[in-house]
This record gives sequence, C-alpha cells and structure tokens, in this order.
Amino acid sequence: MIEIVIADRCTACNACVTVCPTNVFETGPDGRPVIARQSDCQTCFMCELYCKSDALYVAPDCDRPIPVDAATVLASDLLGQFRRDSGWDEWQGQYPNEHWLMDGVFRRAREAKSSSN
Amino acid sequence: MTAWPTDLVLKANVLVVGGGMAGAWAAATAARTGASVVLADKGYCGTSGVTATAGPGHWWVPPDPPEARPEAIRARANVGLGLCDPYWMARVIALTWEALPTLASYYEFPRDTSNVVQYRALRGPEYMRALRRLISDLGVTILDQSPVLELLQRPDGSIGGARGVRRQQNNTPYRVESGATVLATGGTSFMSHLLGSRTNTGDGYLMAAEAGAELSGMEFTAAYTVAPQHSTMTRSMSYAFAAYYDTDGREIAPAGPDQIRLLARELLRGPVFCSLHRMPADIRAHLPTISPNLMLPFARWGIDPFHDRFEVTLHNDGTIRGTGGVRVVRDDCATSVPGLFVAGDVATRELVAGATSGGGAQNSAWALSSGHWSARGAVDFARSRDQRSLRLRPIGEAGLRPLGTARTSDTRAIVQAVKDEMHPLDKNLFRTGDKLRLSRQRLDSVWNEIRHFAGASPSNPLPAREAAALVASARWSLAAALTRDESRGLHQREDRPETSSRFARRIVVSGLDAVRIRLGDEVDPSTSMEPAQ
Repeated sequence: MIEIVIADRCTACNACVTVCPTNVFETGPDGRPVIARQSDCQTCFMCELYCKSDALYVAPDCDRPIPVDAATVLASDLLGQFRRDSGWDEWQGQYPNEHWLMDGVFRRAREAKSSSN
Repeated sequence: MTAWPTDLVLKANVLVVGGGMAGAWAAATAARTGASVVLADKGYCGTSGVTATAGPGHWWVPPDPPEARPEAIRARANVGLGLCDPYWMARVIALTWEALPTLASYYEFPRDTSNVVQYRALRGPEYMRALRRLISDLGVTILDQSPVLELLQRPDGSIGGARGVRRQQNNTPYRVESGATVLATGGTSFMSHLLGSRTNTGDGYLMAAEAGAELSGMEFTAAYTVAPQHSTMTRSMSYAFAAYYDTDGREIAPAGPDQIRLLARELLRGPVFCSLHRMPADIRAHLPTISPNLMLPFARWGIDPFHDRFEVTLHNDGTIRGTGGVRVVRDDCATSVPGLFVAGDVATRELVAGATSGGGAQNSAWALSSGHWSARGAVDFARSRDQRSLRLRPIGEAGLRPLGTARTSDTRAIVQAVKDEMHPLDKNLFRTGDKLRLSRQRLDSVWNEIRHFAGASPSNPLPAREAAALVASARWSLAAALTRDESRGLHQREDRPETSSRFARRIVVSGLDAVRIRLGDEVDPSTSMEPAQ
C-alpha cells in the first residue's frame, strides 16, 4: 500500500490525486497531496509511475500497512525505480520498452520444461 | 480541468461506462464515426482496470498462410470444451489484426532483430496512456473519478444514459443522457488482490441485470493466479520458470495445465514456497525493461527471487481471467436490453473462451474487438432513434434505494462475506453441491440485508453500491455453478467429476431478488451464426 509522500520531493503537482484509480489521495490544506484513504490502495504502483519527482513510495504489502520513514526510503534506490525502468519522462530512450520480448520468455520456459521432462 | 456545476447534465450520442481497454477502444470507435462520446470512469482512464497494470498480449494470428487462423480456432475450440463459437473467434482474430496497428501514432510498437514491427503484446501503462491520448484527440469527453451508479431508462424500456457522482467534487451527482450506452466496467475478482482489480466490483453486471439483461457463463469464476504472499504481483511471466516447494523443502512438480489446482491442494495443506533460480541469466537481465512492475516487490523486500525461496499465494481472478458476463445477443455486442451494449470483461467471453480462461491473449483481443463492435452498435442505435428528451427514470436499486428503512450499512462486512464464499480454494476450486448451496444460503441472506437495510450514504454512495454488485455477482456465480451439475473447464465439481454432454450448453442467469436460471441452446460449433449483412 502507499506509505508515504515525501514532502522534500513533492512539487504539489497533484498528479497522484488525479491518476489514482482508487482515489486514495486528497489535496491537503497546504496544496500538497495527502494519503487520505490508505486502506483503499490497491498496491498497483501507478501513482509512482506518474510522479515525476519520485516522491511516492508504495510498499509491496497489499494486506497490511508497513510504515516507513522518509530518511530510509530516500537512502534506498527504490524511489523512482518503476518510472525509470519504464523509460518514462527523462528516462525515455535509456530504458526501452522491451515488453514484446515476453513471448520469447514464455517460449523458452516451455522449451526448458519439455527438455527436462 | 474546469469545475462542473452542480447536477451536471451531459448529452452525448454514446456513453461509455468504464475507461479500461475495452471502454477506451469503444470510445475511440464511436468517436471515429463522428458521434459525440462521453466516457466515465470510476478512477482514471489510463490507470484504472486490469490492463493498465498488466502486459496484454493479443490473440495475433496472421492471415497467411490461409490455414493459420482456422487452425488457431480449432485449437482453442478444443480447449473451450464445446462452449465457444468459431464464428466469433474468427471475427475477433480478424478485427484484432486490423485494429491494433491503428494505435501506431500513439504507441511505439518496437521492431524485432529482423526489423519486423511487433504488435501483439503491449505494456499496460503505455497501452492505456496511448488509448487515453487517442480518445482525447478524437474529442471524447472523459469524466475521471466519476463512478456510474445506475442506468437511466426511457419509457419504452430502452437505456438512455446513466447517473453517477463526481467523487473528487464532494460526490456531486451527474447524469449523461445518451442515445445508447456501452457498459465496459470490467469483470470482478470479488475484491481479491489480483493486480489492478480493486475498482472491478461487478457494477456493470448489476446495472445490466437491473435493466433486464441476462448473464452467461458466470460459473466459470474459479481462475486463480500465483503471487508472492502479501503482494498483488500476479504477473505470470516470472512464474514460467518457477520451482515450487512445500514446507519440508520438497519440490512440488506443478507441470501441465493443472498447475493451479496442484498448488491449491498444497496451499490447503500448508505454505508453499517458490524460487526463480531456473530463469536463465539473460532473461533476468531484461525483466525490468520487459515488465517494470514485476520485480518491485522483491526489490522492496530485499528478496533475491533467483536465490531465495519466497512464500506464494493464489489470488482469485473471478470473471477477469475467468469467463462469465452479460449475455451478448447480436454481432454488435447488444444485450437483450435495447440501447445497452457490452464490451470487454463485463460481456461474457464464452463466445471465444468457452469454459476456460481465455488467458491473456484471447481476453485482450476480445476487449479490443467487443469495444469496436459495441460502439458501432451503439452509434447505429443512437442514430436510429429520436434524440429528443424523453423522460428518463433512474433504475438502480440494491445499495442505492433500499426496500426497507435505510440505515448506514456495514459495507465492509458485506464485502467480507462475499470474499469468504468466493475466494477460499476449497470452496471455489474444489466445488461440491453442498458447499455451493451453503455459500448460496449465506449470500442470499446478505443480499436480503443490503436490499432492505443498506441505504447508500448520500455523501458517499459508492461503497454500498459496490457491495451490492459484488453480492449479486457472487449469487449469479453460485447459482450457475449449482446448475452446471458436472465438471467442465474452470468449473470443477468434486462431487461431479465427469463432463456431461447434457451440459454442452451455456447457463444463463438473470434476476436479482429471485435468480432465474435457464439452460441455453446446445452449442454446435459446426453451425455457427451467419455474419450480419
């Protein structure tokens, strides 16, 4: 579930408020997004993808909150990983969309299975 | 976006309810004919639904050599166990082949090493972003964060739009008056943790049934997908190379089509662990740029899935990778209700997938194709009618307009009751008549509760309405599963292990307080429907 909006990074663009499919965020009194309904989060990571300042952290646990503190997350290399690997925004061209290779992955898995049988 | 005035009323030729893959294709198709189109999504068109978080490959069969398509259809028809229709399969393949490349100016289709453009498999977030840009450019009015709550009916019984709320504007009500309406609200996982499925609560099933539509194939809801325990990451690609272990560290050999049932039996005994150490190194290196979300949970937990063993679970896919939905009565994805069309997972996928999951490929191709057909049907219907304002009556009931004295309902408890009957592996994957009857009794009582006592909160009507849709969908699934007194495809009855020729037909359900059931005609794949002129 979404765990934190990192105030130091947030530019108050509120893209997360707009794009969250389950309406987890609200714009707070200071104009920045706040996590208003954490239990509605579906752990889809889409907010991170649309956050150009890499200010959001979604913990992988979907069935229990795992509180994190800003310093720990900032020190990790996890913020913005999804957006970078997706090649969005400034990462365009550096991380090409190789999704089309998926067919080949499945094919090789089938081949590996049949050769081991 | 500008703020809408209170009680916003929009008029359009076509209203599309739901902004996932099917809804967006429907909106694009309708808009390309010059029709005015409003698309309303519960969340955000671009991130909502199960396409945005996934990587949909499409059923992609070239027209050459000429025998390729008939062969693909024959192969899938065998898997569909007598319930699919080769005529529909052929038109899905043909339309998908034709339509997907039309997205080329919005989605960067890559080229393989032989410089051949790769259309078949798209990455979800980019696919939905492309579709959103396409429909925006085509002039579609997109209402994000605007859950539709109920349909609007004309005096002649046809559907003339829908009503909902703008949930980021204090749940201000709005209505769209439309010549015709396409439901593209998705299937339902019954609120499992299947990635991206939280908004798919079966709303379209409920709304269609309230208008008098029938549903078909609702018994095929026993599809499950592997995910790391506590996570939503139901991306199947990584599990292509998975090795599974029981608590004693013994490898379980889950080979073949029964893999999920085998894992389920182990999970009923105790925890199951997984390792991806058999994945070749060159594939590992490409995983983040093939499916960037796939490795996020492992990285965040500090787990190396290629060396460590991690616990796994199964998430119910309901009708999302399962099959049931609103019955389609014509080539244009019309329902039996005039002016109401269906696209994607809210429509039954039996026509192409039969008694099984259509997997990713057929399901995506169905969403794309039914999106196109439903839109054309809706445009034709809208053009054929007098568009002058007729009296429109909102027809939503359960969760919106209680029969008894309204009070605040415990919608969480109601949703939990649905999960308790639809998710457990022993109840859903290993069905028996007794277990199904017990589940049905429990959910009949929950239905009674939400029907009489659970009034929608005027300040936040969505949760009660979603809960009602979930209960209704589960009850149809249980009724159909009890009627299908055999085992076939995704529907496996421990007490009826054989497949019976008596049930080589579809099971059609309808009705809300009293669920009506009828057996459809026997499906004879050799006498498929004639194409429409």
